[in-house]
Amino acid sequence: MKDTKKQRKRGPLTREAQITGWLFISPMVLGFTLLLLFPMGLALYMSFSDWPLLGNHHFIGLENYQNIMSDSLFWKVLKNTLYFTVGLVPLNIILALLLALLLSKSMRGIGLFRTAIFVPVMTSLIVWSIVWKYMFATDAGLINQLLLLFDITGPAWLYDTDLAMPAVIVTSVLKNVGLNMVLFIAALQQVPRSLYEAATLDGAGKTKTFFNVTLPMITPTVFLTVVMTVIGSLKVFGQIFVMTQGGPSNSTKVLVYYIWEKAFKLFQLGYASSLAFVLFIIVLVLTLVQWQLRKRWVFNESDS
Amino acid sequence: MKATRNVPIRKRLGIVGTYTTLSVISLIMIIPFLWMISTSFKEPQKIFTFPPQLIPTSFRFQNYAEVFDLIPFEWFYFNSVYIAFLVVVGTVFFASLAGYAFARIPFAGRNIVFLILLSAMMIPHEVTAIPMFLFMRELGWIDTHLPLILLPIFGASGVFGIFVMRQFFITIPKELEEAAMIDGCNRFRIYAQIMIPIAKPGLATLTIFTFVTNWNEFFDPLIFINTRSLMTLPLGLSLFTDEVGTAWHHLMSATVMATVPLLIIFFFAQKQFIEGVAMTGLKE
Repeated sequence: MKDTKKQRKRGPLTREAQITGWLFISPMVLGFTLLLLFPMGLALYMSFSDWPLLGNHHFIGLENYQNIMSDSLFWKVLKNTLYFTVGLVPLNIILALLLALLLSKSMRGIGLFRTAIFVPVMTSLIVWSIVWKYMFATDAGLINQLLLLFDITGPAWLYDTDLAMPAVIVTSVLKNVGLNMVLFIAALQQVPRSLYEAATLDGAGKTKTFFNVTLPMITPTVFLTVVMTVIGSLKVFGQIFVMTQGGPSNSTKVLVYYIWEKAFKLFQLGYASSLAFVLFIIVLVLTLVQWQLRKRWVFNESDS
Repeated sequence: MKATRNVPIRKRLGIVGTYTTLSVISLIMIIPFLWMISTSFKEPQKIFTFPPQLIPTSFRFQNYAEVFDLIPFEWFYFNSVYIAFLVVVGTVFFASLAGYAFARIPFAGRNIVFLILLSAMMIPHEVTAIPMFLFMRELGWIDTHLPLILLPIFGASGVFGIFVMRQFFITIPKELEEAAMIDGCNRFRIYAQIMIPIAKPGLATLTIFTFVTNWNEFFDPLIFINTRSLMTLPLGLSLFTDEVGTAWHHLMSATVMATVPLLIIFFFAQKQFIEGVAMTGLKE
């Protein structure tokens, strides 16, 4: 009796839930299908096609991908992208971790430092890059003017094939280190106090406590942050566009800049699509690796 | 603080070291802004003066006025503000509605659809941008603001919004809506009158996240907008950089005007901003 009553009550409720549920998600699902799913499919097809901006496109199979393999500029661009990533990620992570450790102490005026270091995160990447283009300017730039105070004639930072990329890396680290710092501070606050107390009782020093207590506890966050920073670095574009335009002599031309140039300056839409898929595959592999490794840390995460 | 006198030398040195490190790094972050403000008031011929002057000897306010003669700066501002506003409103509405459904309404296919949405978040924007350009061209929407408004609301950024809101709605106790359901409230009323007021902190986070991301968006305006007066601040400023050459005083006046209002808002709502933006870090 009770059961049938429940059944009857649930019947119309479920149908109502079906309709309302789908109704509520329908705008997003429709938009998502049109603006993400459909373009994704078309992009895949385009990557197998010769697709000029005007005129007919036709299917050419793997030709674009074969051309990528023998495109010496692609390899240079990929090398530059890796150079940027390998240069930026360790610097960014280590500095962010150091700052997080310093700023998680309770000291007077700590909030002020935190704000100062976070301000660049709030600034638009384009504005930050413009200001740093000016900082690195050969004659008027503050860096070279300060060097001149010590009688050093500074180099033309952004016009030197060896120095342009490091300059962009420094600019990018300073822009985003505050973000990772905030993520690390949050992770540090999650570490249970009792662990530190236990470590102190066991007579562990500061360094030992850091490597044996703090670091293992925040490893999941550090790892996630590293992966996100790597993916972000592989997609670097804005600062390159503003500061160097890929120059001098392609020394700062990175993958997304190359994709943009091929697609929207040279209008080789098919070739650009296959380049974009190369980027997608790299990002996909990194994401999957991260998921696999995160599973191992699930216990750790729910624990903290 | 009374104990300061009794702190051992080693610990005191540690505190000095901490403050020194933090001060140096903070200065590196802040000096570019001071230098930007300083240059924005300088006479053009003073820009190359050596030694560098942090405080200009004379202030030239015309630099600011001249920016408006060189570029349609007021339009850049207007476009950036109104596009970000519409994107925030659209995202908050559609993402919270969908987020609520995914969290609370048991409908068929809920989990699979949610999974598809989530996995789409890792598609790099650069992949879909090229077909999207063709698509927008077919619709005749190139050089209009429509792609800049619709793509973030319904694209990856909106999907991220659904995710944020779903996580938030899941934590709200079920009893509240059950009581309302018995009173005969329909689900839209429960969403609008019960859930939304409770979800204010989550909505604030989503608003800030969406606003900051959109305010700084560069790639989409770059590919979709050609006409000067239709450009947003980041795009307009980046092209202005190419044109001014060494007229840094004009460029810096423009960047000051583009940055300072947002930074003032940031100082007043720091906590919310840091939380909101920290989520961007988890997304990208």
